[in-house]
Amino acid sequence: MAFDPVTDYPLGRRRPELVRTPSGTPLEAVTLDAAREGRLVASDMRATAETLRLQAEVARAAGRAQLAEGLERAAELTGLDDDELLAVYTALRPSRSTAAELEEWAARLDNRGAGRNAAFVREALGAYRERSLLADV
Amino acid sequence: MSEPAGSARFAARAGSDLRRELLVESWPELGLVAANGPADPSPELVVVDGAVTRLDGRAAADFDVIDRFLVAHGLDLAVAEEAMALPDERLARMLVDVDVPRDELVRLARGLTPAKLARVAGMLDPVELMMALKKLRARRDPGNQAHVTNLKESPALLAADAAEAARRGFDELETTVGVARYAPLNALALLVGSQTGRPGVMTQCAVEERRNLELAIRGLVTYAETLSVYGTEPVFADGDDTPWSKAFLASAYASRGVKVRFTSGTGSEALMGFAQGHSMLYLESRCVSIVRAAGAQGVQNGSISCVALVLAVPGGTRAILAENVLAAWLDLEVASGNDAISSHSAIRKTAKLMGQFLPGTDFVTSGYSVMPRSDNTFGGGNYDADDIDEWLTIQRDWQVDGGIDPVAEGEVLRVRERAARAVQAVFAELGLPSVTDAEVAVATSGHSSRDMPDRDRAADVEAADELLARGVSALDVALALDRRGFVEVAEAVVGMLRQRIAADYLQTAAVIEPDGLVRSAVNDPNAYLGPGTGYRLEGERWELLQALPHVVDPRQLASTNGEIRAIVDTHETARRGDDATEVVVALGPAFGDELRETINGLPHGEVLDAVLEGVREAGGSPRLVRIRRAADVAFIAHDGAVLSGSGIALGLQSKGTAVIHRADLQPLDNLELFGMSPLYTLESYRAMGRNAAGYALGRRVGPVPTELDNFARAKLIVLTTLLHAREAAAVVPGAPAVELARSS
Repeated sequence: MAFDPVTDYPLGRRRPELVRTPSGTPLEAVTLDAAREGRLVASDMRATAETLRLQAEVARAAGRAQLAEGLERAAELTGLDDDELLAVYTALRPSRSTAAELEEWAARLDNRGAGRNAAFVREALGAYRERSLLADV
Repeated sequence: MSEPAGSARFAARAGSDLRRELLVESWPELGLVAANGPADPSPELVVVDGAVTRLDGRAAADFDVIDRFLVAHGLDLAVAEEAMALPDERLARMLVDVDVPRDELVRLARGLTPAKLARVAGMLDPVELMMALKKLRARRDPGNQAHVTNLKESPALLAADAAEAARRGFDELETTVGVARYAPLNALALLVGSQTGRPGVMTQCAVEERRNLELAIRGLVTYAETLSVYGTEPVFADGDDTPWSKAFLASAYASRGVKVRFTSGTGSEALMGFAQGHSMLYLESRCVSIVRAAGAQGVQNGSISCVALVLAVPGGTRAILAENVLAAWLDLEVASGNDAISSHSAIRKTAKLMGQFLPGTDFVTSGYSVMPRSDNTFGGGNYDADDIDEWLTIQRDWQVDGGIDPVAEGEVLRVRERAARAVQAVFAELGLPSVTDAEVAVATSGHSSRDMPDRDRAADVEAADELLARGVSALDVALALDRRGFVEVAEAVVGMLRQRIAADYLQTAAVIEPDGLVRSAVNDPNAYLGPGTGYRLEGERWELLQALPHVVDPRQLASTNGEIRAIVDTHETARRGDDATEVVVALGPAFGDELRETINGLPHGEVLDAVLEGVREAGGSPRLVRIRRAADVAFIAHDGAVLSGSGIALGLQSKGTAVIHRADLQPLDNLELFGMSPLYTLESYRAMGRNAAGYALGRRVGPVPTELDNFARAKLIVLTTLLHAREAAAVVPGAPAVELARSS
């Protein structure tokens, strides 16, 4: 059955079969019994990019375009580890990066399939250039 | 000529708690102006060929980093032309018009500039702002958030407080750390405590970003609200961020399953020195516009930590309410402040609270201190553990849901102990420094961390570091709970893992029901359209919020005590006496019969003896009668006076109120009225008897000295009503008075 972002929320209640962990465990198999039997892994207990994209659809259908975009950026970021996330965040802080460094981050994000975030970084670069928020070369 | 002496009343007021705060005149150049500042720009939006060329008084070339971000992500140009063309007054009226649905206002807000938003909200008076907030709240039901911290960072106490907060109905619990390395232990204690108290409660630990991400990825926390934004570029830069960096961080959190809420609030720009001459409300309008543009689902605003600064300027309380309205208008979840201490004055503090409390917000406070404020390490505690009865009573008074449930003492003790035991078990299973039985006991029933045994803090922080190094996660916590028999708590922790995987709580204004159902603005939107619609405190929920533990059943009060021995014997119908020294002592219909003591607890027999002695001491001849036709003390006394040989009577109501009356006076007039029955002793009644005799014998009589307690009415009016109801029930309409004799 196709996903309907208006009627299928909450996913966990209405469409649990659409929700899986990153390793493919169905939502309904995430139980205390499964944990007891050692069938669950801590690092697998998180939302996938696909799930976050479904949530973005829900947000968009509810008229929340910016929240949807934020969730789409989040979906892309599921593939980055904490250190990478924090490195990009730090690079975006005021006067931390040169134009070349921000462009380099954008390129890396593009290579990681994070095109929306890459565009977001490039957009920041443009604003920072105008507002003197880039680091001195 | 000497200086006139100062006023003692001014001096007394100058010493009040309120006067510990400084009030200042507006000073717009420094940003010390609440709303409608003289230098706030006029609303302006110019779009040429699909590009914004002017925004709120600035040309594109002069756009600062905030303007640029709003142009890129905030403004919906498809609706902007229509929305900006609406006159301010028209929009302001739409905000309070119950026939204009929330959806329509939210649609228009997408195209409004910060200056327009601020100007329109600035037109509303406080009651209009409340109406707008009631209409614009994102989720149907109001909620509340708790702060859970303590000075000793005691895990047992954190868990117990978290459990109590969860049990009391808070949807979110926030902790922080005094010492940063404690973060994993505090987050752990909160997770265990919250899920013991009520499954589904969301938790956060306010710490630096790296630690926060780490806690999130372990499943130890589920939301964050530490992402601050500011309304001017220099303050943003001083906060070491830009709108782009903060928006990126928000997505980073969301990628780890963290519900993200930003923080902003009036006053921060002035406090940080770069308000650029703008009003607090205009700058906050820019902040909430950034929050929505950044893709956050919500904001904690309402001045937050700068509240006392905003309250120092004229209109501060109104501006704070207006900023909550702006956030809700922009379709954001609102956690509406009331966490930091806003005033030393309880009156002023609560007056401010009503702006959010009465309309209801997604979280009426962004941190109600569930423990005493001395343990609140956020510097919060505007309302705390010692204020809970007041909060509950105000909910009951207004029939308003402020998001806190009354819970009986026994149940509170039960969940607190269960949570402290659960965290004790988890610490033992995970090899953390043990939580002793003594800690569990004090965490269960103590008042604050001052009562808690000290822990080896060096060992705790070392263990916290090691916990992170070992990669302990919520899954390990669930298994530890399960092994020690806390199966239901383990199930709840696994339930929270399922929530992380489904990510439903990332939608606007989401909270989680105990059965795992996520309720948010998506599936449970506020659809208020006037009386009879939207969230109303009715039915079972209203029954619950009425039933405070200290509420008593009036039927159990003022019942006849166990005494059954008669204190008066009843004889024939009373006739008019002819003894000029006679003082009739006229008793109410229930006196010494259905009722046996005064409101002050004096037995009627002793009261009667004191009166009779007083009359005799002064040379009068007392005669006892019972008035049966009336319960009102004036008629009891006047009927007695008409029967009295001297024309003087002392009327006595069962609750102890007395009147000395004279036959030739109008019934509602009197010689002396003794209305302060809660204060009277037997000596008072003796004095009344003496005075009554004095009047009968034609002496000069000084009134019986009486005291005044203006609180007696507040304290005793319920009991008065109940006692009077019984007196009235004993009335026999039209029945003549009867002679009585004091029983031997």
